[in-house]
Amino acid sequence: MAGDAITALTDDTFDEEITGSSEPVLVDFWAEWCGPCKMIAPILDEIAEEQSGKIKIAKLNVDDAPDIARRFEVMSIPTLIVFKDGEPVKRLVGAKGKPQLLEEIAEYV
Amino acid sequence: MSDAREVIIIGSGPAGLTAAIYTARANLAPLVLEGEPSSTSDQPGGQLMLTTDVENYPGFPEGVMGPELMQNFRTQAARFGAEIETVKVSKVDLSSRPYGVWVGDPDAAEPTHRAESIIVATGAQSLMLGLENESRLMGYGVSTCATCDGFFFRDQEIAVVGGGDSALEEANFLTRFASKVTIIHRRDELRASKIMQDRARANDKIEFLWDSQVVDVLGDDKVSGAVIEHTKTGERSELAISGLFVAIGHRPNTDIFKGQLEMQDNGYLVAEPDSTRTTVEGVFVCGDVQDDYYRQAITAAGSGCMAAIDAERWLEALADG
Repeated sequence: MAGDAITALTDDTFDEEITGSSEPVLVDFWAEWCGPCKMIAPILDEIAEEQSGKIKIAKLNVDDAPDIARRFEVMSIPTLIVFKDGEPVKRLVGAKGKPQLLEEIAEYV
Repeated sequence: MSDAREVIIIGSGPAGLTAAIYTARANLAPLVLEGEPSSTSDQPGGQLMLTTDVENYPGFPEGVMGPELMQNFRTQAARFGAEIETVKVSKVDLSSRPYGVWVGDPDAAEPTHRAESIIVATGAQSLMLGLENESRLMGYGVSTCATCDGFFFRDQEIAVVGGGDSALEEANFLTRFASKVTIIHRRDELRASKIMQDRARANDKIEFLWDSQVVDVLGDDKVSGAVIEHTKTGERSELAISGLFVAIGHRPNTDIFKGQLEMQDNGYLVAEPDSTRTTVEGVFVCGDVQDDYYRQAITAAGSGCMAAIDAERWLEALADG
């Protein structure tokens, strides 16, 4: 269950949210059936609240939007991609703890 | 020492969370250090977080999804007051009581927590082949989690390495997506259970490559194939695949206990016969970290219950002086 601070993206809103954002956007590619995805969801909720105004956290359900997952060649979830000015600038594959996640995205917040 | 807890549980698979349910109900206010998220089975919830249908856990006649089962374990433990932290233990000091447990910097002078008794339930994690290109392509076609990644291999040809129940279960699951799944096994017979073998052999999307091992993974930015070596003739060939799922067994998560708890040569911890006690008083072990034979969710849960009762009685005896 995503907190209010996380934007749920869809096929229709993805491009607009990614390109229209003045802040970097971290997109969590996830699915209901993925155990590790569930483990990082509460961590992303926390980061979204703590880093509010510096980086936007969004999530994309790959079951609902397989074409977008394919467009970015996602082959494993969770995959986290940081977009800046609409372009992917960083990709993290696999679940990680909060300290590691923060370290990985530090240059974008 | 007044700030020492009665019991700390390290690990949160079926063993650790069952120990948490029992010690919480015994009013021991357990602290569970559940681990940190990762995409290996060394993570909160343990190996079941990477599985789909669990069909042999009693009480679920229609089966249950692994992550859902573990979420239920966790909710049940929390309901009775178990405190659960999503952190990984970096060091323990079992040389004197109350025992020290470190989270984060293992070189910190003072432990993060202290406890009179410790229940070790750190489980086991998937073994990898140990190839350079395997780690380079992890997440780009190489996977240890069929549940997580199978979806991305729709109508593609992929392979599973291994010959045990996990390998066959993954292969069967992956045929929901893939057009063909090749099981690569280093011997000419499987050690998987009869029911899993029958199911795999009956599945016309599954093929077997016997007496074979993967010696290299091919691909620039994603997997395009694997180099297979015949274990008897040494002959090498290439198999064109876009995904490689590794299920060749497990190793116990016991690095932090080296030199402090008795281990077998393979790293598994040793419990006294018919108990969960170790050679260190007040330290109990349960689940896959001490079991290289049964390795089932139900046996892990059972031994977690034993560890909780052993810890409870040991703490009672301690209080009685």
